[in-house]
Amino acid sequence: MTVTAAAPARVAGSPPPGEPRRDPRRTLRWLLPMGPALVLLAVFLAGPILWTFYIAFTNETLTGSASVNSRFVGLDNFTRMFADDDFVNSFVLTFLFVIGSAVIGQNILGLLIALLQRGRGRVTRAVVNGVVIAAWVVPEVVAAACWYSFLAEEGTLNRVLGISQEWLFTAPMVAVILANVWRGTAFSMLVYSAALSDVPGELLEAASVDGAGLWARLRHVTLPLIRRSIMSNLMLITLQTLASFGLIYALTGGGPGTASQTTPLYMYEQAFRYFEIGYGSAMALVMLVIGALFSLFYLRLIKVEDR
Amino acid sequence: MTRIAARGAALGSLAVITLAFLGPFLWVLLSSVQPESNLSATPTFEFSFRNFDAVLNWETVYLPVINSVVISGSTAVITVVVAGLAAYPLSRYRLRFKRHFLLTLLFTTGLPVTAIMVPVYSMFFRFNLYGSLPAMVLFLAASSLPFAIWMMKNFMDGVPVSLEEAAWVDGAGWFQSLTRVVGPLMAPGVAVVAIFVFVGQWGNFFAPFVLLDAPDKQPAAVTIYTFFSQYGQVAYGRLAAFSIIYTAPAVFLYVAVSKYLAGSFSFAGSVKG
Repeated sequence: MTVTAAAPARVAGSPPPGEPRRDPRRTLRWLLPMGPALVLLAVFLAGPILWTFYIAFTNETLTGSASVNSRFVGLDNFTRMFADDDFVNSFVLTFLFVIGSAVIGQNILGLLIALLQRGRGRVTRAVVNGVVIAAWVVPEVVAAACWYSFLAEEGTLNRVLGISQEWLFTAPMVAVILANVWRGTAFSMLVYSAALSDVPGELLEAASVDGAGLWARLRHVTLPLIRRSIMSNLMLITLQTLASFGLIYALTGGGPGTASQTTPLYMYEQAFRYFEIGYGSAMALVMLVIGALFSLFYLRLIKVEDR
Repeated sequence: MTRIAARGAALGSLAVITLAFLGPFLWVLLSSVQPESNLSATPTFEFSFRNFDAVLNWETVYLPVINSVVISGSTAVITVVVAGLAAYPLSRYRLRFKRHFLLTLLFTTGLPVTAIMVPVYSMFFRFNLYGSLPAMVLFLAASSLPFAIWMMKNFMDGVPVSLEEAAWVDGAGWFQSLTRVVGPLMAPGVAVVAIFVFVGQWGNFFAPFVLLDAPDKQPAAVTIYTFFSQYGQVAYGRLAAFSIIYTAPAVFLYVAVSKYLAGSFSFAGSVKG
């Protein structure tokens, strides 16, 4: 909360010449309405984030002696983490999950649906949007229940394909990736529909007159024009997918074994089944830092575009 | 001819995509009204509300849904009030830190909140807040605030300042101006933010799962998971019925605001200080 710290300091100091003198009432004018938000953000959001930085360097547990006197252990949690095969496994799976379900699945399918919907009638759009958005609005535990029955041995998918396959055991990562594509595509679709509606039709027609085919128009006209939305969308869905917990937890529980145990699930297991709060928090810190890097990159992107 | 072919191909692809998206819903929708349903997707012509009847009792549905309403509702109200207040100076005053503050908020919306549930739990445990509903609601409100303030500011920017000037001439302060003039004019925006937060928390599973101690405090998101992991195989019809009851409010509320949400999907591209 550098904002609160910086502004009063400026009020206290003497104003540079030529600027109106700032009196406390001017400060109160914004501090009063923003106060509750600043307090809530500082205590319940910045607080836990700072707490992560502290607890990740301790040996805090829920049971035993370390639960009452946890102590500073330096980088122990981190050296342990990178030597821990299960953690490395979870990290690789998280990467696969993000690339497969967000960057490839949701992003491309969302763009495809948005493109296909251009120029279609009201009814078509309403039906397609309705179904795709319904999958997004459904709470994650219900989405897991839907996919659980869909992929069951005698479930809808096997009936349609005419095969017998226990998907959740034989291909758990495929199952959770498909389920997350299903659940998240609506967001990308909505972002791209909004972006495509800003692409002037005359440009596409002009390109068409010049002999550009469907692919050429997409590549040289549409995609460059919605470049900004693509980058923003990729950042946002990556961030949303990175920490996905409920869907995977309810669908496979990370199993069988550790076959679909992404980092959030491994963190949960370490912290709440083995009561290793310090170790779990160290993983939280890693995810937080990765999220922060992506988030910064996203901001930079917008800033650069603004100039 | 090619135009017609392209049109046909587009419509065909959309039909396939729609059916694929419909697939996972099918068995949940059907089995909720099948009297004897399990996981095998064999629909019969029997139809009954027995599954709904079986779950509609205090312990299975009513209490968890009431808990959900209380948790999501109070989070939405607190978020909207606090974000509405905070958005006013950001929208109306020329503040030096404004751009930085807004960028910080945008940065925060990108942080994976679910990643920090373990430290949040540890912190709540240390400060004796574990199991406390109000503390969890404040945490949920704080985590919804960055996005809510951002949306509120955008909606507020849409209300012309000239409309407020009359109120200022009459001697109204910022508070009167906000509650009497700006607030009512951006009522649809306020509703959108409130519903957005409400629906988000309605589906939130991880936070209550970790932060609440007693089963009778748990919202439907958690109890449906418990039901799912305990009886999912044997009582799939009931799970399906419960899922539909629990999902309905989220769908209904989304439909109510979908018209207003369209504009906010282009938010991602613009940061104006």
